Amino acid sequence: MTTNVSPQRLGTLLVALALLLAPLALTGQDYVLRVLTVGATYAIAVYGMNMILGLTGQLSLAHGGFFGIGVYLVGLLTTDYDWAFWPALLVAVVGTTVVGYVAGVVALRTREEYFAIFTMAMGFIIFLVISRWESVTHAHSGVSGVKYPESLGLLDFSDPMLMYYLVLLFLLGAGYVTYAVRRSGVGRTLIAIRTSEDLARSVGVNVGLNKQLAFAASSTFAGLGGGLFAAVQGFVGPSAASVDLTFEMLMFILVGGMGTVMGPVVGTFLVLFLFEFFQDFEAYRFIVVGPIIVALVIFAPRGIVGYLNAFAGHRRSRGPAGGNETGNRSENRVPDTTTEAKETL
Amino acid sequence: MTLLEVRGLGKHFAGLHAVDDVDLDISAGEITAIIGPNGAGKSTLFNLLAGFYRPTSGTVRFKDRDVTGMSPHRTVAHGIARTFQTTNLFEDATVLENVLSGRIVRSHSTVFDAVLRSPRHRREERRNLDRAMDALEFTAIADYRDEIASRVPQEVQKRVSIALALATDPELLLLDEPAAGLTEEETGGFAQLIRSIVASGVTVGLVEHRMSMVMSLADHILVLDHGKEIASGTPETVRTDPQVIEAYLGAGHHEQEGTG
Amino acid sequence: MTLFIQQLFDGLALGGVYCLAAIGLTLVFGVLRIPNLAHGTLYMLGAYVTYFFLVTVGVPYVAAIGLAAVVLAVIGVLLERLVFHPLRNAPHTHHMIAAVGAMFFFQAVAQALWGADFRRMESPISGNVTILGAQVSWQRIVIVVTAVLVLGLLTWFIKRSIHGQTIEAIEQDRTGSSLVGISPSRVSMLTFGLAAALATVAAGLVAPINLLSPTMGDALSLKVFAIIILGGLGSLPGAIVGGFTLALAEVMTSTYVSAAAGEGIAFVVIVIVLAIRPTGLFAKAVQR
Repeated sequence: MTTNVSPQRLGTLLVALALLLAPLALTGQDYVLRVLTVGATYAIAVYGMNMILGLTGQLSLAHGGFFGIGVYLVGLLTTDYDWAFWPALLVAVVGTTVVGYVAGVVALRTREEYFAIFTMAMGFIIFLVISRWESVTHAHSGVSGVKYPESLGLLDFSDPMLMYYLVLLFLLGAGYVTYAVRRSGVGRTLIAIRTSEDLARSVGVNVGLNKQLAFAASSTFAGLGGGLFAAVQGFVGPSAASVDLTFEMLMFILVGGMGTVMGPVVGTFLVLFLFEFFQDFEAYRFIVVGPIIVALVIFAPRGIVGYLNAFAGHRRSRGPAGGNETGNRSENRVPDTTTEAKETL
Repeated sequence: MTLLEVRGLGKHFAGLHAVDDVDLDISAGEITAIIGPNGAGKSTLFNLLAGFYRPTSGTVRFKDRDVTGMSPHRTVAHGIARTFQTTNLFEDATVLENVLSGRIVRSHSTVFDAVLRSPRHRREERRNLDRAMDALEFTAIADYRDEIASRVPQEVQKRVSIALALATDPELLLLDEPAAGLTEEETGGFAQLIRSIVASGVTVGLVEHRMSMVMSLADHILVLDHGKEIASGTPETVRTDPQVIEAYLGAGHHEQEGTG
Repeated sequence: MTLFIQQLFDGLALGGVYCLAAIGLTLVFGVLRIPNLAHGTLYMLGAYVTYFFLVTVGVPYVAAIGLAAVVLAVIGVLLERLVFHPLRNAPHTHHMIAAVGAMFFFQAVAQALWGADFRRMESPISGNVTILGAQVSWQRIVIVVTAVLVLGLLTWFIKRSIHGQTIEAIEQDRTGSSLVGISPSRVSMLTFGLAAALATVAAGLVAPINLLSPTMGDALSLKVFAIIILGGLGSLPGAIVGGFTLALAEVMTSTYVSAAAGEGIAFVVIVIVLAIRPTGLFAKAVQR
């Protein structure tokens, strides 16, 4: 329906190109490359949050915990149990999916605020177990010497650049899955649930089952991101499972744009860039970041990508009937959100 | 042929008998109207038929299948669609996207089909789009397809909710006061639309306040008062039923003056 | 037995603190339908501001708590005006995300002003008293007595004063009360101010027993959520019963099971209660 070079495609292409070419521009700057690689593992997990919060509208605060489960499964299996990386990653992904599904069976009995509080408690329990279960997780001493992925043919992942491309590949996969879901009936189902559970039910959506699947899928991404994170870092501690991590991911997705395809990538890299920029301020950065979160939720709840999409979509859909029909309902709504248009990317 | 058969249906909320021992037969290809004063239990009855409430007694059979207490996503799959009294739409989505969400229940492709863009998935997406466009054209709102649902006029919104229900390919469509809040002229358009829905082979159940509309449209009428059936039959029988005149029409006249 | 009596008093003192903190949270939820995730950081700020008045300025202990409560009440009102009021019609996820932003901000501010290290606050109330063979510090007795006094005052305020009655009216019926001319906006501010002040009193009382740190509110936040879920969101008596119950459970678990179990019990309570009753114990079956 649209021409091939819609602004959205152009934007997506630019972001993809920037990510692909970044290592070439950064030869010799291993620290920056490493930050980017770590950022990409977060972004994969943020795609999971996008699935449950952005598309389905359920605020899960256990996400950092699921990420931590992925981190520790790969971390512990490749060190204490001397597994190879790839099977450990597989176990991490499958394991978090199963944990997510089972947790979802109980968690999704609750709704709205209760769901958020419930999942936050779950996140805390995961964190407590990881940070206190000395004999298994080594508690605060953490896990060191996590293995790199084993070479595949000529590809040796101890090279930071190849490791970056490996993570990027998974990141592109996560983005593509989101895109495919977003464009399909599955995405429509999730968005229907986000908008109104009752209406979704009345058009024949099995609300419970779909929330359940979205929750499991979100923890799959968290586990994948976490497993890769462990390998990239080599050393991991309980902070990789903390509730603060959940909050940081929340900020990434909020800045980027909830429910959009490009939001998680854009938000994660942008905020991490700001973090690095303010890194001399350490924890004080939240003096700036905290109010930014609040301001974003109040004034720009759709995030950067959300607004760019609305802008692009607006220009395209000016034409058809009515044009300037300001519905009689607009006065009940916050003025800023009336510009909401379709979120295509 | 009886499409929907209701026997002894009841719903009690904390001591209140919202619907009490109701029998109802909806025949295929007809318009069956349910009328009654405010609080007579009409909407509750719809909610019971569509699976939104679980009945405390009685049975509902649809196409000779027991659908009593079945959850909405299954009743919709079996072919019962409904609209709501207060127009209920996905407000931030476009009109077309709203109607497309009615296709969810008829879609079988999974996440994996979507990710792999399997032929099945593409075929299905195309069919969904076609069916959604059919529904939009049928309800005469195809021109609004790319507008945001909350920003089109109220009459169009009501048509969108009907198109959305039709997109689920129902055999029985339950309309809860489809013309509430519309002008006399717009109401005429809706009566036309309801007739054409029936002509297209979809059976209609209708809850409506406007007596003129009900009397001219309905083949069969069920009159409820305080959750109980007080009369049923053709418009002529109901109109002349002394109990109906006493219990309903008195109050009804009053309301019509009030709501204009 | 002596150990048990000892723990019982510890539990009662902790319970007093939890009640004061939980009541604010439950009032805010009852009136505004907001689960304020930043409540724990208000408590933390309350402790630091009390510390500031007591140690840096040098006013007496009770006055320090009082002044801190006033400062925090103002911060609470500002929080309502600047963060939650603009979001009153937004989806519930937005409130919670904004609360997280406020939480980060307050923590960073506390860290910038007072540093990340633990601080100790000396209480002018020292010494112990022997009750049934157990040594109980006067501070704990002061906590219990103050908690009971404040709770009594609060109950009186809500039942007798016009502002308090307004809070109760809005808790029970938002739309109805705006019809009879009560401004929901004023009540929101009042509730937030009151909640922050109560959290400060709790923090000021407990600070001499525990250490101060910018993250001291994190665990408390979830514990008070556990309490109000246990007692029913929006219910005052529920918060009181829940507060003492959780505190006793926590103290007894730490003593007789393990410290980590004591720390985790609040979260386990949340998970178990919500798993069995998805809308909390004593939830009214009200459709919102």
